[in-house]
Parts: sequence; structure tokens; C-alpha cells
Amino acid sequence: MPEHNEPAYDPLQPGEGEAIAPTGQGGPMDLALDEAESLEKTLGDDSTGPGPGPQEKPRSLWSDAWHQLRRNPVFIISSLMILFLVIISIWPQLIASGDPLQCDLSKSQQGSSPGHPFGYDTQGCDVYTRTVYGARASITVGVCATLGAAFLGSLLGGLAGFFGGWGDALLSRVADIFFGIPVVLGGLVFLSVVTSTTVWPVVGFIVLLGWPQIARIGRGSVITAKQNDYVQAARALGAGNSRMMLRHVAPNAIAPVIVVATIALGTYIALEATLSFLGVGLRPPTVSWGIDISNAASQIRNAPHMLLWPAGALSLTVLAFIMLGDAVRDALDPKLR
Amino acid sequence: MGRYVIRRLLQMIPVFIGSTFLIFFMVYALGDPVAALFGDKAPDPATAARIRKDLYLDQPLWKQYLHYMGQIFQGDFGTAFNGQPVTELMASAFPVTLRLTIVAIFFEIVIGITLGVISGLRRGRSVDTSVLVLTLVVISVPTFVTGYLLQYLFGVKWGWVRPTVSPDAPFGELILPGIVLALVSLAYVTRLSRTSIAENVKADYVRTAVAKGLPRRRVVTRHLLRNSLIPVVTFIGTDIGALMGGAIVTERIFNIHGVGYQLYQGILRNNSPTVVGFVTILVIVFLLANLLVDLLYAVLDPRIRYA
Repeated sequence: MPEHNEPAYDPLQPGEGEAIAPTGQGGPMDLALDEAESLEKTLGDDSTGPGPGPQEKPRSLWSDAWHQLRRNPVFIISSLMILFLVIISIWPQLIASGDPLQCDLSKSQQGSSPGHPFGYDTQGCDVYTRTVYGARASITVGVCATLGAAFLGSLLGGLAGFFGGWGDALLSRVADIFFGIPVVLGGLVFLSVVTSTTVWPVVGFIVLLGWPQIARIGRGSVITAKQNDYVQAARALGAGNSRMMLRHVAPNAIAPVIVVATIALGTYIALEATLSFLGVGLRPPTVSWGIDISNAASQIRNAPHMLLWPAGALSLTVLAFIMLGDAVRDALDPKLR
Repeated sequence: MGRYVIRRLLQMIPVFIGSTFLIFFMVYALGDPVAALFGDKAPDPATAARIRKDLYLDQPLWKQYLHYMGQIFQGDFGTAFNGQPVTELMASAFPVTLRLTIVAIFFEIVIGITLGVISGLRRGRSVDTSVLVLTLVVISVPTFVTGYLLQYLFGVKWGWVRPTVSPDAPFGELILPGIVLALVSLAYVTRLSRTSIAENVKADYVRTAVAKGLPRRRVVTRHLLRNSLIPVVTFIGTDIGALMGGAIVTERIFNIHGVGYQLYQGILRNNSPTVVGFVTILVIVFLLANLLVDLLYAVLDPRIRYA
């Protein structure tokens, strides 16, 4: 595979915003690689820094992006959905009064009834309460895994891109190795030996397989940013490595990482549900959409409602994060203005 | 060209060793195959030690790995714990998954590129917007949800297809599972070819082709499509490996006895030779598919030359 972030391969890039292009065997985990690459190329030149125009208030890339985002309906809808999801994952009692683990077998697989709009599952648990409480596990895994992968990936990728040399070569080869392992397969092997019932092994695994993707993006955008004149100027003025990295390179290289991380958050949630569905992700008593869907799947002919509600909630959550990432990418890509 | 291929093949070696060693490490160091062999019973220490010696499990991990790889290159993938040679399992599983992958790739190419071309040529119109929204929704719904939904609707409720696949798995029964497996990638192919087409449609060579009076059909197929397909081909190439390894969920839903099914059973039962053997083959398939894609670039775009 050609190195995607080598400038020499520019003519091969789709070069523009919308397409989503996974590159590794990770499939859905590798959403939005190409657009981020096109971002990092354009951002290098015409981003940030005080704009010209002596009378005008200087506008940075970020304030420009914010101006555009505020008027984008996709951004508003998806961020409202995410805000709602975050609130109910912190305080599920706000909209669900019951206890998700309080079940009554005599009501097994009953349809909806007043006070229990989504009906009951096989164990006689209230599907509505479980769907609401299931948000917590998904959001926790998604947010923690993304933060971990973004931190590790941008740190390693950024350092490799900034210093180059053998560390850079080593990092690229290690990333290649991780891309060679199918994600679901790695998850099955790695997580089937873990016995913990918390969310942390799942988070750890996703970080382990997720960081190389972000590292590639971060490395590419740091390489582009450090070639800019103002960075050379800073070096000529005697700035140290840490000052150059933090004040000059990082602010101009972070945008593609943010975009990829936002979209990856949605796919990580889907990945967690897939692993839970296969029986190696989260485990009871953790309430998780993946587990509920897996339990409901065998009964789909008798009681489809048990599957449809958690599946719908899961899909909407993933959709919200992918839409948010799409909107942020559009706002941060100066070429689309 | 020849030198390029050789260089690429050499570059594959460290990635191959790294990936297989990582899986080998996970399977053999994290789990205990001998304990798994005895199920719930505690193994007799003497017997366990004997089995360990027979299976090379008493050696340090790197020696086990070297021994295993040596065996593989002599065509010996070891024996699954039920006494069946792993190669026999592969012979029954890989053709099934290969057929499933072919069906999936077929739909990806035909539907994905068609939709992408249509929406790319009408950028910003209602067709384009609805295709974009549709692909976003398809990407958001996880495979296991679409799988069960389509199986329920087509297989059970309306009875158009058999809900599960028979052990022979002929092409006819693999259409629905193939679509389910392809759906997410299909959405990516659509978005990718849409972007690529929409960008190239403004290119000078397209204007020239139109100006010299070529029929629209020829402009689109010969000039526009051929130049726009490179990112799509990259994606489909890397997807072959992902589809074969990622079929675990689909094969489980439709009860297909392919690679994913065998791997899932192997992992659940801690059947290490099966897992490592299958994954090794999958990694090779993935690497070769990537090489093939890079060589295809030169066919699609004659400007690209490999020295």
C-alpha cells in the first residue's frame, strides 16, 4: 500500500471532503481517513494565524469554523442528540424511574403497556428502562476509548512526525502490523480471556487497535505543519523543540485529529456493541445495548420489539457522532468554503 | 515493475511476522490451551505436562512461534483439538467464505459505483442528498442489526429466501448474507466514488472530451470513470481481507459454516491451532490484496510507473 500521507502520492488522493475511506482491515473503524488527509494538506497553508486586514478583527480557522457550524442544521441536530445522550447516561433516573435489573418473569416478552411503552424482554425486564440505562455503557466506552486513542495516537504520531528518523520508521511499521489484524477477530481473541465485568478491558482493547489510525493522521499533519515558513522562522529565532511543538506545530496540526476522533467515536460505540453481541465485550450485570440485542436476537420471530428498541437507540447514537464528525470536517476544511 | 514487486514482497515480511506473532502471543500466552482441552475438569498434572511437551507448549514463546511457522511453511497447520487436521477445516471453510466475499464484492462494485456515479454527476441535487443521507444511515446501523432485520423480513415474514444457509452454501442462498456483509462497505464505495466523480467532472480532460463531441456515455465510462476509480479500487482491495475476516457476525446470523464460523468456534473453545492457522491465512490474503491494488493503479492510470 502506498503511504497515504506521503505528499508524493497526492494525485491519488480523492482530495476532497465527503468520501469516507477506510484503509485498513479495520473496516468501519477506519472511517474518514482520506478526508482528514485532504484536510491536513490544505490546513497547512491557509489556516490560523491572524488574518490580514488592519481594520478587521482577526479571525482564526477556529472562529471561522465556529461561525459556520452554528448555522449548520446537521451540527445543531447531532450535538443536541449527543447532549441528550450524555445527560441520560449520567442521570438515567431523569427519564426512567424503574430499575433495569428489577425484572418480573411473569411478564416475559409482553408487548407495550401503559407506563412501559417498549414492553418487556425475555427475563421480564422493562425494555424502556434498559434502553435508557444502556446509554451509559456505550457513551462511557466511546468517550474513554476515543480520548485514550486520540491521546496516545496524537502523542506518538506527532512525535514521530516532528522528529522523523528511526522512531518514525518504527512507528509506521508497528502501525502496519496493527492494520493487518482484523478488528473483530482481534477483539474475540483478546477479550475472550478477560474475566473482568467492567468496561475497562473493552476500552483498553479499542485504544490498543485504535491508536495507529490516529497516529497516522497526526503524523501526516505534523509533517505538513512543520514545513511552514513560520515554523522555520521560529526555529531561526532560536525556539526550542518543545516551544515549537506546542506553540507553532500542534495548534496547526490538531484539526484532522479532531475530525477523525469524532467520527471514530461513533464507530467505537458500534464496535463495542458488536463485541458485546458476540459475547466478549461487556458482560452482565452491565446494561448494554449489544447484550440486549444479542439476547433478543433468538426471539426475533416472537417478540421483535425486544430487538428493535435497543437496536434503534444504538443506531441513532452512532449516527449522531458520525453526523457531528461530518459537520466538523466540513467546517474545518477551507477548500469547501 | 519486477523490482517494485520484489521490494514490496520483502516489505511484507516484517508486517507478516509482526501480525502473526501478535495473534500467536494473544492465543498462546493469554489463554491456556491445555486447560481448555480438559473443559471443566482439572487436568492430571502428568498428563498435562505430557500434552504440553507433545504440543511444544513447554518451550519459551518465541521457540513455539518459530516451530509453528516452520511447520506452516511445510504445509502443516497442525491438528485441531478434536483430531481433525486444520488444513481439512480450511478446505471446507475457505471456499464458502470465498463465495460469500465474491457476492459481497459484486454488490459493492455494481450498486456502490452506480449510485456513486449517479449522485456524483448530480451533485447538490435531491438525488445526491438522498443518497448521502441513505449511506450515512447504512453506515450507522451495525451489521448484526441489519442482518437480523433483513433475515426476519425476507426470510421469515415474507418468505422470499431461506432464512439460513445450507452446509453446501451455493451462490443462490448467499445473496442475502452477501448483501448484509456488503452493506457498510457499499455505503463507503458510494461516497468514495461520488466524491471522486464530482471532483473529476470539473477537470479539463472531461471538458475536452465533451467539446470534441463524444457521446456522454463514452465520456463517463472511458474518461471520467477510469480516472475516478483509483480511490475506489484501493478501498475494495483492502476490503477483501476485511470482508473475509469480518464475516464472523454475518456467518453467525445466517449459520454459514465458513471461516468466521470456524474462527468463532475456535476462539470460544480455545482451539489455538485453528485460530492461529486461519488468521495467518487471512493476514496473507490481506497483504496480497494490498499488493494487487498497488499494481492495479498502473493499469488504471498510465501516468503511474513503478520503477
